[in-house]
Amino acid sequence: MKPAVMVDAHPLDEIIRADRMPHIWCPGCGIGIVMRIYGQAILESGIKLNNHVVVSGIGCSGRVAGYMNIDSYHTTHGRAIPFATGLKLANPELLVTVFSGDGDLVAIGGNHLIHAARRNININVICVNNFNYGMTGGQSGPTTPRGARASTAPYGNPELPFNLPFLLAASGANFVSRWSNLHVRQIKDDVLYAFNKKGFTFIEILAPCPVGFGRSNSIENGLEEMELYKDRCLIFRQDEVSPDELDIDLREDRPIYVGRFIDRDREEYKPVMLEN
Amino acid sequence: MSPDRVLEGHYFMNGDHACAEGALAAGCRFFGGYPITPSTEIAERLARRMPEVNGVFLQMEDELASMAAVLGASAAGARSMTATSGPGLSLMLENLGLGVMLELPCVLVDVQRGSPSTGLPTMPGQSDVMQVRWGSHGDYQVPAYAPWSPQEMFDLTILAFNVADRFRVPVCLLADEVVGHMVERVIIPPEGELEIWSRKKPKSSPDGKFDPFKVEDNDLVPPIAHAGEGYRIHYTGLTHDERGYPDMSAETHHELVTRLVNKVKVNSPDIIRTEGYFLDDARIVVIAYGCTARSARSAVQTARDLGVKAGLLRLISIWPFPETRILSFIGNVESFIVAELNLGQVSLEVERITGAPVGVVHHAGGAMITPERILAAIMENNQ
Repeated sequence: MKPAVMVDAHPLDEIIRADRMPHIWCPGCGIGIVMRIYGQAILESGIKLNNHVVVSGIGCSGRVAGYMNIDSYHTTHGRAIPFATGLKLANPELLVTVFSGDGDLVAIGGNHLIHAARRNININVICVNNFNYGMTGGQSGPTTPRGARASTAPYGNPELPFNLPFLLAASGANFVSRWSNLHVRQIKDDVLYAFNKKGFTFIEILAPCPVGFGRSNSIENGLEEMELYKDRCLIFRQDEVSPDELDIDLREDRPIYVGRFIDRDREEYKPVMLEN
Repeated sequence: MSPDRVLEGHYFMNGDHACAEGALAAGCRFFGGYPITPSTEIAERLARRMPEVNGVFLQMEDELASMAAVLGASAAGARSMTATSGPGLSLMLENLGLGVMLELPCVLVDVQRGSPSTGLPTMPGQSDVMQVRWGSHGDYQVPAYAPWSPQEMFDLTILAFNVADRFRVPVCLLADEVVGHMVERVIIPPEGELEIWSRKKPKSSPDGKFDPFKVEDNDLVPPIAHAGEGYRIHYTGLTHDERGYPDMSAETHHELVTRLVNKVKVNSPDIIRTEGYFLDDARIVVIAYGCTARSARSAVQTARDLGVKAGLLRLISIWPFPETRILSFIGNVESFIVAELNLGQVSLEVERITGAPVGVVHHAGGAMITPERILAAIMENNQ
């Protein structure tokens, strides 16, 4: 094995708080890849760094706010979206992105998620979905596949999970896409697209959590989960796939549909303005 | 009235509307709320009025979201407010703690009703006093004011914004159903005559080094930088150091939480407000606040007419508790009577300070305590 190469600079130096490294994530975790892509997209966005704001909730993905060298807010569990809503409406010049995990955004924050999508408020959500609560040690949540094992589902999860693209489409988001950790170019394209898209955007990214989820569900490590995505991800085609088929079960040999599910232009939320 | 102006002059309006107008006069330009009796008129008034001052009115999906949105708006630099009643306050306490930890100024109006649970939605109560003091988890201290009239719903809303901004802390307006719905004359002074305190801004430019939680003044209040100003701040509800970075050490935690509590304590001379009636030679002091203070003033007046040396200490602010003011009576006063629309909240504080049991006129809520009940307690103590 070659010795580690030390370098003086990193392409993301400007956008990552180097003094906060090393990060807290486990080996094989997918969150860092998504943060890397988000950072790259910010740099390529052509929008002033000082106008970018990131808001996170609680959990492993919620730590992203603390690592980005932009105005950043690490808020309460589930409340990143309403906090971001207040920020955006008080200063519409800001480009506000919520970066958080599935437990934070979909379980405890689920009500805020659907209402922000319904209002079509002009913020972007990046949702890292690793099918469990990682930070607290692998508990089941609303994205855990039925039958999957978790520390609070020792006999297999008895509940059915949310189908997120279907949920967000029904709630009214202007843009909804899903990719896996493997699709770095597609994710970056979609994050950049979301920056410029009016209204509420939602990007779901399937990410390995080898310690919290993989270990209990016979997925050996992060790489194996990535292999699984490579083998099974198919691009969604509107006419060929019914919304029900967007459900994910990593343990079953069936396609995982990724791609852009919704791209429309419902009117974005604007505060009432009176004509003088 | 031009669209970008707040009201001015003499009006006949209810306390909830006066609170809404006070917020606008104070420069509040973001309201996030959820309808709940008996505070709804504040939201309704602001839904109509915010667009007239180019502000934002947003009806949120619940009170959890309302408080979060209010903090977000404050982080972007807006004076922001929400209004609720007991059941909604229970939900807002989650993010009240975040507001304390991030030191984000904002105003939370609680128009109290009969509680616990759904209680008496359309009837008064004063039983959230301890809830705002202790209800969010952890040690903290937020200032709280208790208006006793529509005029004070206006005046104290402005003071609440001033205190919030100057000391970087959420401030609670502990109103009640009676003052919220009561209609009285409200005088709104011209814009220039209103005292407005502003937020302390960083001395350094965004290009230089700026630590968003570094304290340089004796008031323990760090300057505040807002999103979009270029300081690239990080705020977290985790225990954090001066840079705002998470720091999981017992020392940092103790230092931070102690400062957050002491910040309100050391500035209490600028925060605390009380008012006295017949206190100079009083042998019996009634302590009351909000709607109950109206009955107490009447009772004290009648007692004086009967030749009884009774006085009233009206708590305009409840938190931080006016300990020094109450201590100043000791030695000169024979007895204290606390009248409040709960089963004993402020009375516990008074007993803590005086070190002796106090007379109480308590009721669980639903109707005002009558002057007769308070007078009876005064006469009993006069024997």
